[in-house]
Amino acid sequence: MEKYRIDQSKGIEFGLYSLGDHIPNPLTGERIPAQQRIQELIEVSQLAEQAGIDVFGVGESHQSYFTTQAHTVVLGAIAQATSTIKLTSSATVLSVSDPVRVYEDFATIDLISDGRAEIVAGRGSRVGAYHLLGVDLQDYEEIFEEKLELLKKINEEELITWEGQYRAPLHNAQILPQPKNGSLPIWRAVGGPPASAIKAGYMGIPMMLTTLGGPAVNFKPSVDAYREAAERSGFDPKELPIATTSLFYVADTTKEALQGMYPHINGGFQAIRGGGYPKQQFAQAPDTRDALMVGSKEQIIEKLLYQYELFGMQRFMAQIDFGGVPFEKLMKNIEIIGNDILPAIKKYTAK
Amino acid sequence: MKIVALAGSIVGSKTKTAISKVVEILQEKYPEHEVTLLDLAEYNMQFSDGRNYFEYDRDTKYVNETIMSADAIVIGTPTFQASIPATLKNIFDLLPVNAFRDKVVSIVVTAGTSKHYLMVEQQLKPILAYMKAHIVPTYVFIEEKDFLRKEIVNDDVLFRLERLAEDTVMVADAFTAIRAKKDEEYDF
Repeated sequence: MEKYRIDQSKGIEFGLYSLGDHIPNPLTGERIPAQQRIQELIEVSQLAEQAGIDVFGVGESHQSYFTTQAHTVVLGAIAQATSTIKLTSSATVLSVSDPVRVYEDFATIDLISDGRAEIVAGRGSRVGAYHLLGVDLQDYEEIFEEKLELLKKINEEELITWEGQYRAPLHNAQILPQPKNGSLPIWRAVGGPPASAIKAGYMGIPMMLTTLGGPAVNFKPSVDAYREAAERSGFDPKELPIATTSLFYVADTTKEALQGMYPHINGGFQAIRGGGYPKQQFAQAPDTRDALMVGSKEQIIEKLLYQYELFGMQRFMAQIDFGGVPFEKLMKNIEIIGNDILPAIKKYTAK
Repeated sequence: MKIVALAGSIVGSKTKTAISKVVEILQEKYPEHEVTLLDLAEYNMQFSDGRNYFEYDRDTKYVNETIMSADAIVIGTPTFQASIPATLKNIFDLLPVNAFRDKVVSIVVTAGTSKHYLMVEQQLKPILAYMKAHIVPTYVFIEEKDFLRKEIVNDDVLFRLERLAEDTVMVADAFTAIRAKKDEEYDF
């Protein structure tokens, strides 16, 4: 775990992440300027650091309703604005980028941030980036596998000699700058059925698993399959960290949390997927067994500890602004996380 | 209420004739509702490639969005090789998994012979159920001999189409009322 900069004696890590959501506030119908959104995100990262939150992530999504397409640039600004919080992508759509450039970017962020940068590489859950950046969806699977292998190789070796199908070959190439301590934690973003979790396991690469909603136990097969595949492939699962992620909204009471989150989750789904979030399903969400992180602080603590028992993950990442949750509500969430949630979950999970 | 009547084939006349009749009945009985006919023969549809339904362009985008904005859908389908035509299956493939949640779907089916009268039960209803439709249980099966030169000539079929139109609106009204009552219980 040390290789991935994770110290389990301190208990489970808690992080926040954003895809730079930029949808109109469903309550007012108004959309803030993209510039304001990006500035707010940088400010949120500072508040998160002050609250003792361990990680801050920014992801890229190349569609309407998002602002952080250039997520590495935003992470660079956050690196300069903060001093202790870990910085990660959430995720980097590796399929549409050159692994060499991705590594250069994150190694640079690592130097700016004094050794706090990580990469989470994924395929993206929407296809817009592929059309925009001219990547053939037909090769969707293979492009990602090849690029992730190259990225891993760049992280592990000094001089890179490599040949593949989707990028020019490299001969004794030195990828510069090098990160502060020679390598970066690189995770694989995993969603949906276990197939992708199994691939992460075979590769022996840490897994960040999305558990956006529904019974948490439904995601257990992915976790088991990941560890099994890792073992079969000669890796020690105990040395491979797992992170889970979910949409997140906490308030003083359950009612307040449900009322606070619903317009955003419903509006966000409507805008991005073209269909709202069913109220019936949302009403079940505060239950401890449901993966969607909405509820009072007590409920969120219960959920996190329940999932910790279930998955034994080393990190939880909360997507806090889905559906354009406004800044003042984010501040309130961070306050509750810092004051109540972190002390409780750290206490129970520290070894 | 928005009602979409979908003719699921790009060839032949039976399904188009039957679904046009349903549109006529709906417009006459329920002038307060907005009825839109989508005859796939009139649109140039792309095959589904995994995009969100609203990310297609031209005809495909229009058809997808019209269906998604409906409260009730009357699907007309012919019988091809003991199943629905590929053109209709493509519509389902273009839409998200829960596309028919909170929507009522009723069915008119045409076939060359009576031997296919269970095709809807075996082929179409499972897809609609998977996509979360409130399915109107009774459908109207119409075969070759019920048509004459693009007119329905069987009175039984005409009466049944009338009842299907009524049932579609009635079930949609009922579910709207149930949902409103259920939503009242939630305090968010």
